[in-house]
Amino acid sequence: MAATAPSKKAKAPRTAMPEQDPKVRARNFEEVALGYTAEMALAEAGRCLQCKKPACRKGCPVEIDIPGFIKQITAGDLDEAYAVLRQTNSLPAVCGRVCPQETQCEGSCIVGKKGEPVAIGRLERFVADTHLAKTACETVTGGPACSMPRDDLKVACIGSGPASLTCAGYLAARGIPVTVFEALHEVGGVLVYGIPEFRLPKAVVRQEVEAMKALGVEFKTNWVGGKTITVPELLESGYSAVFIGVGAGLPRFLGVPGENLIGVFSANEYLTRVNLGRAYKFPATDTPTFPAKHVVVFGGGNVAMDAARTAMRLGADKVSLAYRRTEHEMPCRREELHHAKEEGLDILCLNAPVEFIGDETGRLKQIVLQRMELGEPDESGRCSPVACQGDTCTLEADMAIVAVGTGANPLISQTTPGLETYRRGYIVADPATGETSIPNVFAGGDIVTGAATVISAMGAGRRAAKAIADRLLGGAATDMPPDNAAEDSADA
Amino acid sequence: MPSRILRKRKLIPGMTSELVIEAPHIAAKALPGNFVILRVWEDGERIPLTIADADKETGTITLVYLVMGKTTAHLETLDAGDDILDLCGPLGRATEIHKVDGPVICVGGGTGIAAMHHIAKGHHMAGNLVVTIIGARCEDLLLFRDELCSFCPEVLIATNDGSCGRQGLVTDLLVEMLENDKTVAEVVAVGPVPMMRAVAEATRPFGVKTTVSLNSIMVDGIGMCGACRVSVGGETRFACVDGPEFDGHAVDFGELGARLTAFKDQERLSYEEFKSHGCNCSK
Repeated sequence: MAATAPSKKAKAPRTAMPEQDPKVRARNFEEVALGYTAEMALAEAGRCLQCKKPACRKGCPVEIDIPGFIKQITAGDLDEAYAVLRQTNSLPAVCGRVCPQETQCEGSCIVGKKGEPVAIGRLERFVADTHLAKTACETVTGGPACSMPRDDLKVACIGSGPASLTCAGYLAARGIPVTVFEALHEVGGVLVYGIPEFRLPKAVVRQEVEAMKALGVEFKTNWVGGKTITVPELLESGYSAVFIGVGAGLPRFLGVPGENLIGVFSANEYLTRVNLGRAYKFPATDTPTFPAKHVVVFGGGNVAMDAARTAMRLGADKVSLAYRRTEHEMPCRREELHHAKEEGLDILCLNAPVEFIGDETGRLKQIVLQRMELGEPDESGRCSPVACQGDTCTLEADMAIVAVGTGANPLISQTTPGLETYRRGYIVADPATGETSIPNVFAGGDIVTGAATVISAMGAGRRAAKAIADRLLGGAATDMPPDNAAEDSADA
Repeated sequence: MPSRILRKRKLIPGMTSELVIEAPHIAAKALPGNFVILRVWEDGERIPLTIADADKETGTITLVYLVMGKTTAHLETLDAGDDILDLCGPLGRATEIHKVDGPVICVGGGTGIAAMHHIAKGHHMAGNLVVTIIGARCEDLLLFRDELCSFCPEVLIATNDGSCGRQGLVTDLLVEMLENDKTVAEVVAVGPVPMMRAVAEATRPFGVKTTVSLNSIMVDGIGMCGACRVSVGGETRFACVDGPEFDGHAVDFGELGARLTAFKDQERLSYEEFKSHGCNCSK
């Protein structure tokens, strides 16, 4: 062992992130992770080796120049660090918080091969937060407001989640006017209705959106794509291109008896009530949810973790998570699982629901669970759960939250003749450009891939925006110095 | 962007009002059967209301509501010239309207009469013979009589206390009609759950197509949460995108009625707070 030890000086350990105490935070909606101080950020930035061919950048779906922005932190120029981030990422304060860095940039970091990787996400967040405390538009554009030199062109983005916001931000930075149509009353998609305040404060999303408004992006809320306005109508009314980024928001249910009892919620409903409706402040706010003693959440993804941790904060005595497989197969971020366990989440692995039982008023009172065991791997490579016949148990529970995935909402495809879709209504789009079967109509994010991550949706939004800008501006699109320069250095 | 209230008419003082709202992009698309989701103030909840009428020319829609809790009471404090913070629509599938051979009977109860009005008008415009039956506890609570009379050859009335029309229920009048006229093509019912259920049971023996417009609890109204789910023919459907109109003979009204009570304690609490402190938004 000693003989193979690295000859370089021992690496400093990864700088820890201050967090709220688990006992305290399990009862409030304040952000769990508190962010680096300037000293912590400087110490952590010093751990970066400044690789010539940075593997971390390849691991980032929007290819942030990671060594570039970290170098600026070390040099003490945070404005420049933010400018580097914003070259490729419209929402750095969001991504620094919610990306699964362990499988992306940090998962590819060389320092991580022999120790802990550089905390790229935490540094990104530090830079963005520090910067957003000042103004956003100025650093990106060098001016307080952006001109839209190409007012002969305009692009519509349907939906205002991460994919559309990224697409809109990229196009606006290239002088193309963009209108974003959002169905709900608040902009941000899953960032505002799905991811809870304690993981992503809404003020952070709002600040990022304000920065985009300063870039000249127009937002129309309460406009439902496919209802209030359709894709053909947008093209007819003079939009040169349309980007569809409406996500995969249609909740799946389990299809077991009793699922329509009072107290059984989709995770989407529960989280929308609490996050978008701010039901955690009820009755100061008007959207209700009701208190429950024992909450059981079904699923093993980030949405299940968010729902479970939300239920704890709303005062449940006990929150259990039932999952068909084992903890090892859970698709959620490890950090979320770790946080949820610290906060007291009870995990029931290898259990699947078979029936919800109600009282005479139609309210949930019990859940019957079926014990499972792991069988052979299925086509996804994961072991498929198999029921242990006759082995069931009954739990007392007054709330159940179903977080077993979502599907494609058909409102757009139903009202867009000629738009090609595949299995379960997802939109067919060219992987390189995002263009759909209709010329000048692009799509990206969950409505193409099915439910995935915030950052992969942003990657798709960025690819589509590049393709749209290339088409609308011709050679002009490649004249943008910052982005182009960054890419040249990556290829070098 | 907020939507301006252009006119307000108190239909039943303190209980039911009609708002004419400037919303050109919704009016341009609104068809019978569609609804909107609205939010009154910054910390308000989203509630669904059926579009009672729409006028493309003037760019307006008409909404009618019954004051039954915090949000509708808050809405009742607004007047012509005030704004509704958020107004989203038109949502839901439009009513399926075709030219049919026999008469279409449209039944409305309580505030549901306003929603029924838009559907009846649609059938009338499509060239169908429309007969309407409206019911309420007493004459003072009947809505939209003049509007319905303006295009319906027959507007039948039932009141519980007999103060107007027939004493009894709308279903009494409906059954008589079905017995006398075997050519009835379709029955449409909009109103409280017990009324729609009674209508569906009344028409079942006659085998007449019966459409009901369901009023389940909604949050987003665009199919992303399933709060509004109902069982129709044994299958779970979302009222906001698959409906709100369904085959009345296939709907599980018992489940719908129970689900409507899900938040009754919270609704009471919110309303009590509002009545004792008024609106908690800073004016």
